[in-house]
Amino acid sequence: MDQFTLNLLFVGASFALYIGIAIWARAGSTSEFYAAGRGVHPVTNGMATAADWMSAASFISMAGLIAFTGYDNSSFLMGWTGGYVLLALLLAPYLRKFGKFTVSEFIGDRFYSSTARLVAVICLIVASTTYVIGQMTGVGVAFGRFLEVDNTTGLLIGACVVFAYAVFGGMKGVTYTQVAQYVVLILAYTIPAIFISLQLTGNPIPGLGLFGDHAASGEPLLAKLDQIVTELGFNEYTAHHADTLNMVLFTLSLMIGTAGLPHVIMRFFTVPKVSDARWSAGWTLVFIALLYLTAPAVGAMARLNITELMWPEGTSGQAVSVEQIESDPAYDWMATWQKTGLLGWEDKNGDGRIQYYNDGNAEMQDRAAEAGWEGNELTNFNRDILVLANPEIANLPGWVIGLVAAGGLAAALSTAAGLLLAISSAVSHDLVKGRFAPNISEKGELMSARIAMAAAIVVASYLGLNPPGFAAQTVALAFGLAGASIFPALMMGIFTKVNNKGAVAGMLAGLIVTLIYIFLHKGWFFIPDTNSFSDADPLLGTIKSTSFGAIGAMINFAVAFMVSKSSDPIPEEINELVESVRVPKGAAAAAADH
Amino acid sequence: MSEESSNNAYWKANLRLIIGSLVIWALVSFGFGILLRPALSGIAVGGSDLGFWFAQQGSILVFLGLIFFYAWRMNKLDAEHGVGED
Repeated sequence: MDQFTLNLLFVGASFALYIGIAIWARAGSTSEFYAAGRGVHPVTNGMATAADWMSAASFISMAGLIAFTGYDNSSFLMGWTGGYVLLALLLAPYLRKFGKFTVSEFIGDRFYSSTARLVAVICLIVASTTYVIGQMTGVGVAFGRFLEVDNTTGLLIGACVVFAYAVFGGMKGVTYTQVAQYVVLILAYTIPAIFISLQLTGNPIPGLGLFGDHAASGEPLLAKLDQIVTELGFNEYTAHHADTLNMVLFTLSLMIGTAGLPHVIMRFFTVPKVSDARWSAGWTLVFIALLYLTAPAVGAMARLNITELMWPEGTSGQAVSVEQIESDPAYDWMATWQKTGLLGWEDKNGDGRIQYYNDGNAEMQDRAAEAGWEGNELTNFNRDILVLANPEIANLPGWVIGLVAAGGLAAALSTAAGLLLAISSAVSHDLVKGRFAPNISEKGELMSARIAMAAAIVVASYLGLNPPGFAAQTVALAFGLAGASIFPALMMGIFTKVNNKGAVAGMLAGLIVTLIYIFLHKGWFFIPDTNSFSDADPLLGTIKSTSFGAIGAMINFAVAFMVSKSSDPIPEEINELVESVRVPKGAAAAAADH
Repeated sequence: MSEESSNNAYWKANLRLIIGSLVIWALVSFGFGILLRPALSGIAVGGSDLGFWFAQQGSILVFLGLIFFYAWRMNKLDAEHGVGED
């Protein structure tokens, strides 16, 4: 059976599984699932939340960004896990005690202001839409590869599938479908990593293999990697090259963004008890950590494998020949990925070999001049292909490649569909019904939800074709926006007695300043070439647009406190609400206000 | 009134616990993983140093421990102050 058929088989079987579980669960009972989350064990809930949370950014994109940058991109690892500490300690139990369903409802009630609720909804829509753009980038890569079409076609097909998936909708609501998605996703991520770790280090646990010895050379794996990449003129893998201030702010932005994104926070509103909200955050992180502890090993080992494939005789020998790339089955992955337009090479100096090195490095330029090289010939290696190509690069069996296909699609589709549902319900429920047309019929509300969903996917697909960055980078921008707007408002709502005006001013300041900073660097509304600055040379010192969320959050806090100090204190009943949110006693089951 | 003051003591104990946990949270990630990495560079861990290990593995493991520790301590605190759910 050829690889194409095998991939389709795995993807098809995994989808059949999700749909099968959705139908079985619906038939089994009526409203027990998700709707109130009652009866769902914190471990099960943690698994489902982990599936919801880990998207194309975590699965498809992150390890590739680590592989080609090394230590400097550790921010993704610390940021996207450290946020759960904030969530568990600062938000989840209190929001659960509050006992409503959505983040904007909490902000509207706590700040006794429909304006605050409206601003929160706008912040959520902006952050979620940016998030979907990143997902669409990942969806395009995955579909492009597995249908063996170019990236644009892959993205358009993917957009149709995501739309259908989101309209089918109910699937998102069923906890056990998400548990199945988690299982597929984590197997797809860890199985190839275990194979590769065994090949390279003999250790079956990738996170330990990363710090173990490279079996072929007997040297520590990371020392070996440092050695071969520096021999090709690249930055030492384990060393710190990035600007420290930017790295700290970037990590912090990802952390507070994690604690400010609605689709994750929502999960903690619906656990049975306040104490369960605390445990549930822990279990969620257990399941997320399985992937995040593996990702750095995936990145480092793939980098080693790729470098060795390009330099089969070692970095001081001859580079791989064009003939070998075309005929040796170990290089088949290069031809398949070339079709997507995301991998490219060119024999610039016509010597029949493909030299992969850093042509921006002065020492390498000397070596290149001596050897007659005319620049790096592995001209295009899109970071987002690394995880999906990884099993092929390591020459793993066909079924592993098919499994990774299914896992990547599970990650991208579940999160993209979940976000589209969040956007459409924010528009139809909070904006249209809650604000502009309170008397709208149920049918009209449903119609506006569908229109919002269609509009969001069209916008996200269009921008996904020319994304502002690799999938994980675009998603990082969404985290910055959520961290600068929602996280401070939630925190101040629980831990301080900031009033309505303070919260509205703070959220607006945080959102607008962050959004402008991002647009200045990534183009207005992410339209390419409309930017005045770039992340290589940012407006403020060394602070990149992906790191600005942390600054935006500080602005949010500062503005909120100043405005709040100079206006009326909160009324007595809101004071009581804050006091009651702070103790678990008397928590009622979550209830919607409609 | 007595409930008020008990709630107050409960909230203060909670804040102390949160601050203590967040100090550790920041120490392992921003501290050991980034800012203090040069100071830890003498401690070798499998081909790199302790700071690299904290940035790519250790901080995640500590985060996990922190969340479970907090959940366990808070559930005890709920009971001690009589503010638990049942």
